[in-house]
Amino acid sequence: MSSELRQSPLDALHRSLGAKMVPFAGWVMPVEYGGLVGEHLAVRMAVGLFDVSHMGEILVQGRDALRFIQHTTCNDAARLVDGQAQYSGLLTEQGTFVDDILVHRFAEDTYFLCVNAANTTKDADWLTRQATGFDVNVRDVSAEYAQLAVQGPRAVALVQSLTVEDITSLGYYRFRRDVVVAGVPTLVARTGYTGEDGFELYCAPGDAARLWTALTEAGNPTPCGLGARNTLRLEAKMALYGHDIDDTTTPLEADLGWMCKLSKGDFLGRGALQQQKESGLTRKLVGFEVEDRVPVRDGYPLVADGQELGRVTSGSPSPFLKKNIGLAYLPIDKTAVGTQVFAVVRGREVPCRIVPTPFYARPK
Amino acid sequence: MANYPDDLQYTKDHEWIRITGDTGRVGITFYAQESLGDVVYVDLPKVGTTVKANEPFGSVESVKAVSELFSPVSGEVIEINAKLADAPELVNSSPYDEGWMIVIKLSQTSEVDALLSAAEYEDFINEK
Repeated sequence: MSSELRQSPLDALHRSLGAKMVPFAGWVMPVEYGGLVGEHLAVRMAVGLFDVSHMGEILVQGRDALRFIQHTTCNDAARLVDGQAQYSGLLTEQGTFVDDILVHRFAEDTYFLCVNAANTTKDADWLTRQATGFDVNVRDVSAEYAQLAVQGPRAVALVQSLTVEDITSLGYYRFRRDVVVAGVPTLVARTGYTGEDGFELYCAPGDAARLWTALTEAGNPTPCGLGARNTLRLEAKMALYGHDIDDTTTPLEADLGWMCKLSKGDFLGRGALQQQKESGLTRKLVGFEVEDRVPVRDGYPLVADGQELGRVTSGSPSPFLKKNIGLAYLPIDKTAVGTQVFAVVRGREVPCRIVPTPFYARPK
Repeated sequence: MANYPDDLQYTKDHEWIRITGDTGRVGITFYAQESLGDVVYVDLPKVGTTVKANEPFGSVESVKAVSELFSPVSGEVIEINAKLADAPELVNSSPYDEGWMIVIKLSQTSEVDALLSAAEYEDFINEK
């Protein structure tokens, strides 16, 4: 099995740092280095460095690129200017998720999509199948990119210290393609998956180790694994494909209705979303806190009055808030803030309460 | 090696037991706590519960996962470490002392013969 797993260009570096390596989405990636809680808190309080080279990249290029992106994604790509990124969804005709993605506009005829590792091939095939009738070329360029994420309150200063370009003034969800960081040509995007300020840096795989080392020497960021990435994104209530969203759930149900621009014109899944909006949601993804010290995990049932209401899609102790938190789809009449439900933990019913989300938002 | 004291006996499920007469104090090994990462919750049986050798008696949870705890021997739980309810991190910081979990009154003392010595346990984890 392990021989089939793909390796990050930083694999040897991770091992030299003592990382615990685990299989993840067809790759072997670091889950933690010195301890998940320390890594998590470093991102909230200082700066953390993640290898996210497993993420997929797809380039969409051609005269009809904008029209094609508008057709295949639910957010309004026409609002993007060159150098701007947007969170969006690739949806099925049923309005459910093929994937959640970041759309970067390079030019009106060129869009760069960052997609989930496990979905890369599926997404590229999906987009290729939709491309009939569009003058557009879809190319999986994942092998051409490594990706590092530098996240936390000290992230911007750290990356800035390694480049002569002014990147501190780069707006949120803006990017630049031509930035040389520590001698490495990178695409610098002010995006991330932790709830903190910071950058995602795309570079050639052969340059990744040099970039990682330069960042480490310049600012001593805490190396962070997939474990901390998961707890950070959960506190910030960022959806995880395969857990909180998938091809059985719609953005409206996932509380991501804000990214569905039904007024932009037709797109894949629009009809289904319109219909769901008109008939009203029967369930919705909500956040809950556990009123007990026992963690509530992915897949645990939530019940009330002896009836199963749904299952936890993401559940974990929150290292920063020091509570146990989770997400679940619940019947719409159980989604009001303050509603009590119970999680079944090893046969015991543990009280949980619906709370506002995100669980954590960084101070403005 | 100090990580695996000689006066304890070990299981392949990474528990240790310190036998005193016909009772044994049980916890998880240095290796186990290090593999788990930061421990945030320990689920222990009630005093008076009967446990069986190699069968689960509780669970230990880190931020990322839950793992079952297996009893090294059969018998009755006569004491539990109540401190772990408020300070589960003792399992990480002091796995052989303050982070102990339960005390068992052995019902079959011969079961002890099947347990590993410190040297045998170290060989076992080094082969993993």
